[in-house]
This record gives sequence, C-alpha cells and structure tokens, in this order.
Amino acid sequence: MALSNEEVLAGLAELITDETGIAADTVELDKSFTDDLDIDSISMMTIVVNAEEKFDVKIPDDEVKNLKTVNDAVTFIVKAQA
Amino acid sequence: MTTPRLTQSTGPQFTRILGLGAARGEHAVPNADIIEPINSSDEWIRQRTGVITRARAGAEVHAVDLATTASLEAIERSGIPAERIGAVIVATISNTVQTPSMAALLADRVGANPAAAYDISAACAGYTYGIAQADALVRAGVAEYVLVVGAEKLSDIIDPTDRTISFLLGDGAGAAVVGPSQTPGISVSSLGSDGSKWDTIGMTATFDQWRAGDVDAPTIRQEGQTVFRWAVWEMAKVAKATLEAAGVQPEDLAAFIPHQANMRIVDEFAKQLKLPDTVAIARDIADTGNTSAASIPLAAHRLLAEHPELSGGLALQIGFGAGLVYGAQVVVLP
Repeated sequence: MALSNEEVLAGLAELITDETGIAADTVELDKSFTDDLDIDSISMMTIVVNAEEKFDVKIPDDEVKNLKTVNDAVTFIVKAQA
Repeated sequence: MTTPRLTQSTGPQFTRILGLGAARGEHAVPNADIIEPINSSDEWIRQRTGVITRARAGAEVHAVDLATTASLEAIERSGIPAERIGAVIVATISNTVQTPSMAALLADRVGANPAAAYDISAACAGYTYGIAQADALVRAGVAEYVLVVGAEKLSDIIDPTDRTISFLLGDGAGAAVVGPSQTPGISVSSLGSDGSKWDTIGMTATFDQWRAGDVDAPTIRQEGQTVFRWAVWEMAKVAKATLEAAGVQPEDLAAFIPHQANMRIVDEFAKQLKLPDTVAIARDIADTGNTSAASIPLAAHRLLAEHPELSGGLALQIGFGAGLVYGAQVVVLP
C-alpha cells in the first residue's frame, strides 16, 4: 500500500538521521539537503539507496540531482510508489 | 601424410601469491597543498574521502621506476630467481608511453628477460585481472612463475582544478609473484564489466582531439555519485558471490582488501558485507591516496607489514573502476 506524504517524510527522516546523525525533527519539507541539512553527495547517495529499499522504489542516478529539497524527495517517492 | 598430434600445455593444479612488493611516490602531499585550485579545505577532503596525504612521485620518477622497486622486492620475498618468471603483466592506465608496453621494459629491468610481457587496461580492477591471468597462466603451464604489477603515476593525468577525482589520486606500484602451490591459494576469480557506464570515469578528451589543438591535454574525471552507488552496492553483490564461489564465509577471512577508491566506499562496503570485527580492513588510502591498479597490492603489503600474523590467512580482494570493470578473488596472503 502506498504511503502518505507524512509517512514518507517520517521514514526519510529516519534514514537521514541514521546516515548523518541529524535530529529527525529538523528534517522538514522546505529544507535543502545541501544548504540546510549539510548532506554531502556521498551521504545523499547512501540515503537514496536506503530509501529505495525502504520504500520499494527506484530512484535513478539522473533523478538524484533533481532532489534538492526534502519535499522533492518525498514527492518523488510518493509518486514512484503509485 | 599423418597430421601430428599437437602438444598442449598443462601445469600444476594450484597456485598462490608467493611474495609482495610495494613502492609509493616519494612525496607525501597533504591536503593543504592541493586545496587552493579546487577552492576546498582539508576538512572537506577528509570528510568526503578520508584522504589526509597522497603519495606522489617527482618529475624524474616514472611509473616503471616504481614498478621496478616493487617488483624487485616481490621477487626477493618470493625466493625464486627472476629468470624463472615466464610472464610479466603490468596493469596500468596512466602510462604516458602508448607503446611499447611497460611490462617489456620492466621484465628486462628485473632480470626476467625474455619472459612474456604485456600491459592490461582494467583501471582499478587491473591487479585483480592480473592475478586471475597469472593463476590461469601457471595452471595452464604457460609460465612457471608470473610477476603481476599494478603501476600508476596518476599525477601525470590529473587536473589540479578538478573536484571530481584528481585530489584523491596518488602514485605507486604494487607487485606480486604468483607460482605453483601444494594447496589452493587463489580462488575462482569474478571478473566483469558494465560498459553502459563507460563514460562515468574517463578522460576529458581523446588524444587526437588534443593533437588537433581543440582541447587541453586529457585528464581524468568521474561522476562521483553514480560511481559511488555502483562501487558499494553492486560491488557488495560481487564480493558476496566471490566468497560463495570460493567456498568461504565472511568469518573465515583474515582480511578484506578492497580497491582504495575512497575511505567512505571502504567503510560502506565493509558495512554492507557485515564483516566480523576479526577481519582486518585495509585502509591504506588515508596517506597513500587512490593509486588505481596499484592500490590493492599496496594495501595488502601494508597490512602484512603492520600485522604479520595475517600471513597465511585468507583475504578477499576486489577491484572496481573505469570501464566500468571489476575483479575479485580470495587469496591466501603470502
């Protein structure tokens, strides 16, 4: 069953915390991965691969560069699940 | 007239690595010396790559010089006379001499003339390809002993302003002598490629474009994120399959010696393989840098120098890089 935006956000926040140690409640939709959350390209790819597994979706390499904010990632994952 | 029956060669049943040798560029270049052209910082490089200094060779030292030093040590440690080496295989991507091969010159320098001699281009997997070939050549009876060398002077093909890979790279050579063994010492090798990612690591231009004056001298680049994903998650599958084909469990390993591409790759790779704490993990990249084909033998040589008790133990070695290509096998450490 497809997850809601809120559920994907919560799950993504968990993955981000696991990879970077950032507090989950600071992972908000309008935050930029690089500018606000200070997530580097290697951590980003680790989060992407873990998100693929967690949400059972495919996030192609070419798509990763378009995921600039948390909202971009949540929206992509929710759509990809549909 | 009767057709004569051909003689085909046969060799010993098993092989192993008899000795290793190492040579690194003589200059330890700290992050502070290279950050300005890439507008970066020591912290940025350490955090993303784990590299603190990289070994680089001076202008007068060529890859074949590093290869010679490493090979002479490997031959001495193996305890066999150089004239019994029947083949010399050099894995390299940075030789600025297009032809003849580095291997022919090296064979002559180390006293192995007239051994078969050739270079192979399998980038950071080159050493593992070379070990697989050496194992096959010895077991087929083509050569009694084979010298396998990964030799790179990558500082010849970098761009100091490149933020994708150049700052990671170092110069060095690692050598191994492979020969007959009473017991299995080199497992089944997993060798493969994915040419659909051919352009994810490579040169900025071709030699003919440069000659035409259209571009600057070709230098190396990579698409870091794509390569990182492939190098960890796809290579973890190859590593697991290699262990299975070898009949080895992770807890049987004494050491894990992945290509020293980036410390973050080494760390994530070890995590994916769920290696027990008893397995020593090679982390030579911190002060050698990424030396492509030389990185696995350099890292193995260092592990044995720092932990001589690992000698005789099993090591999983896996190389992966431009092509994209990969190679892996389990070996008994000399």
